[in-house]
Amino acid sequence: MEPEFFEQLAMPLFDQLYNLAHWLTGDRADAEDLVQETYAKSLKGFRSFQQGTNLRAWMYRILRNTFHTSRTGLAAQNTSSIEEEEAQGTSVTAHTITPELLLLQQEGQQTVLDALAALPVAYREIILLSEVEEFSYREIAQILDVPIGTVMSRLSRARTALRRPQKANMLERSIDADTL
Amino acid sequence: MPIPCDQNPITLASYLDGELPPDQIPAMHEHIATCPQCASEIAELTSLKSSLRAARGHHTPTLEFRKKLQQQIAPPRRPRPNMLRFIPVALALAAMLLLAFTWTQHSRRQDAFSEVADLHVNALASTNPLDVISTDRHTVKPWFQGRIPFSFNVPELTGSEFTLLGGRVVYLHQQPGAQLIVAMRQHKISVLIFQASSGQALPFPVSTEASGHNAFTVETWQSNGLRFLVIGDVDATEIERLAQSLKQANS
Repeated sequence: MEPEFFEQLAMPLFDQLYNLAHWLTGDRADAEDLVQETYAKSLKGFRSFQQGTNLRAWMYRILRNTFHTSRTGLAAQNTSSIEEEEAQGTSVTAHTITPELLLLQQEGQQTVLDALAALPVAYREIILLSEVEEFSYREIAQILDVPIGTVMSRLSRARTALRRPQKANMLERSIDADTL
Repeated sequence: MPIPCDQNPITLASYLDGELPPDQIPAMHEHIATCPQCASEIAELTSLKSSLRAARGHHTPTLEFRKKLQQQIAPPRRPRPNMLRFIPVALALAAMLLLAFTWTQHSRRQDAFSEVADLHVNALASTNPLDVISTDRHTVKPWFQGRIPFSFNVPELTGSEFTLLGGRVVYLHQQPGAQLIVAMRQHKISVLIFQASSGQALPFPVSTEASGHNAFTVETWQSNGLRFLVIGDVDATEIERLAQSLKQANS
C-alpha cells in the first residue's frame, strides 16, 4: 500500500523535479541520475515522513542535498556550467505585441536563460526555487536550511547578477542603433 | 532636485514576490506611485520575472525515463480480483446517467415546444399580430430581407385551402427568426423559421416529426441550414399538407 501512496503523491512532481535537476546539472544523464536517486531516497524515507508536512518542499530538499553531495554538484560549486540547449516553445501569444517587440522579448528571454545557466549554483538554485518552482521564502529556507534573511539577500544578489547581462544586452543594442 | 530614495531593494523584491506583510502593502503602493526610481526598479524586476518564466518546464524528461522511474518506485502489481465487484455498481451508475440524460433532453424538448406554442399564441393574441400584412408571397419574402440574417422561400398558396396573412420577426433563444401566419378557414397556423446552424442549436429533433402539444400540432424539420416549425390547432394532416408545400418551396 505504501509505495502506491507514495507514487500518487510523488509522481505528479516528476516533470518539475526533472526540470530543476537539469537546470542544476546542465546535463540530461546527470539529471536522470539525480532524479532517480531523489525518488529512491524519498521512497526509503517516506516511512519517516510525517503526514501533513510539505511533501513537495521535502522532495526538493532531498534533490538539492543529493545534488550538492554528488560529483557534478561538488564540481559546480567552483565552476559554472554553460547551458547549450536552445530555448524552445516560448509561447508568447498576446496579440497587442508587435513582431519586433516579440523578437526583443524572446532575445531578452534567451539572454536571461543563458545567464541563469551560467550563474553560480548557489544563486541558480535559489532563483529556480523562487521564480520557477514558486516556493515561498519560508519553504526555500527549509529546503536550503538557511534563515529567511539569507534567502532574501541571496535572492536579491542572484537577481542583480541576472539583470547585468540583460542590461549589457540592451546597452549593446542601443550602441548598434546609434552606429547604424 | 529629486529626493534620493531610501527604499531597501530587498523590500521591493519581497513586495513583488508577494511576501510583504499585508499591512505594509498600501504604503508600498503609495510609495511606488510617487517614486520613479522604485517604479523603474519594479518594472525591471517584473520583466526579469517574465523572462524567467521560460525556464519553467524548459527541460522535459523522456518517456523511457518516466517509465523506468515509475517501475522503480512502484513495481507492477497483479491486478486485484476484488476490482470485479465494482462492475455492477459502475453499470448501475451508467444506466442512471443515461436515464438522467434522456430525461433532460426530453424536458428540454418539451420546453422548446412550449416556447414555440407561446410564440404562436402570442401572435394571435396581439392587437398587431403582423408586421407585414400581405397575402402575396412576393411581398412577404422581401420584407424580411435585412430584418433576419437568412432568406427562405414562401410557397404559392393561392388556390389551396391556406391563405397567407403576413409575417413578423420573432426571437427564440436570442435568435431572430421569421413567423408567417397562415389562415385555414377560421384557424390560424404559424410557420416559424430559424437558422439551424448558428450558435446553440435549438433542442429539436433533427428528423421530421409531428407531435401534439397543448392541443397544438407541431411539425418540425430542417433543410438547407434552416429549422422550420409549423404549429396550429388544426388536424395533423392539414399541418402536414402545409409543411409539404413549404418543404417543396425550400428544397
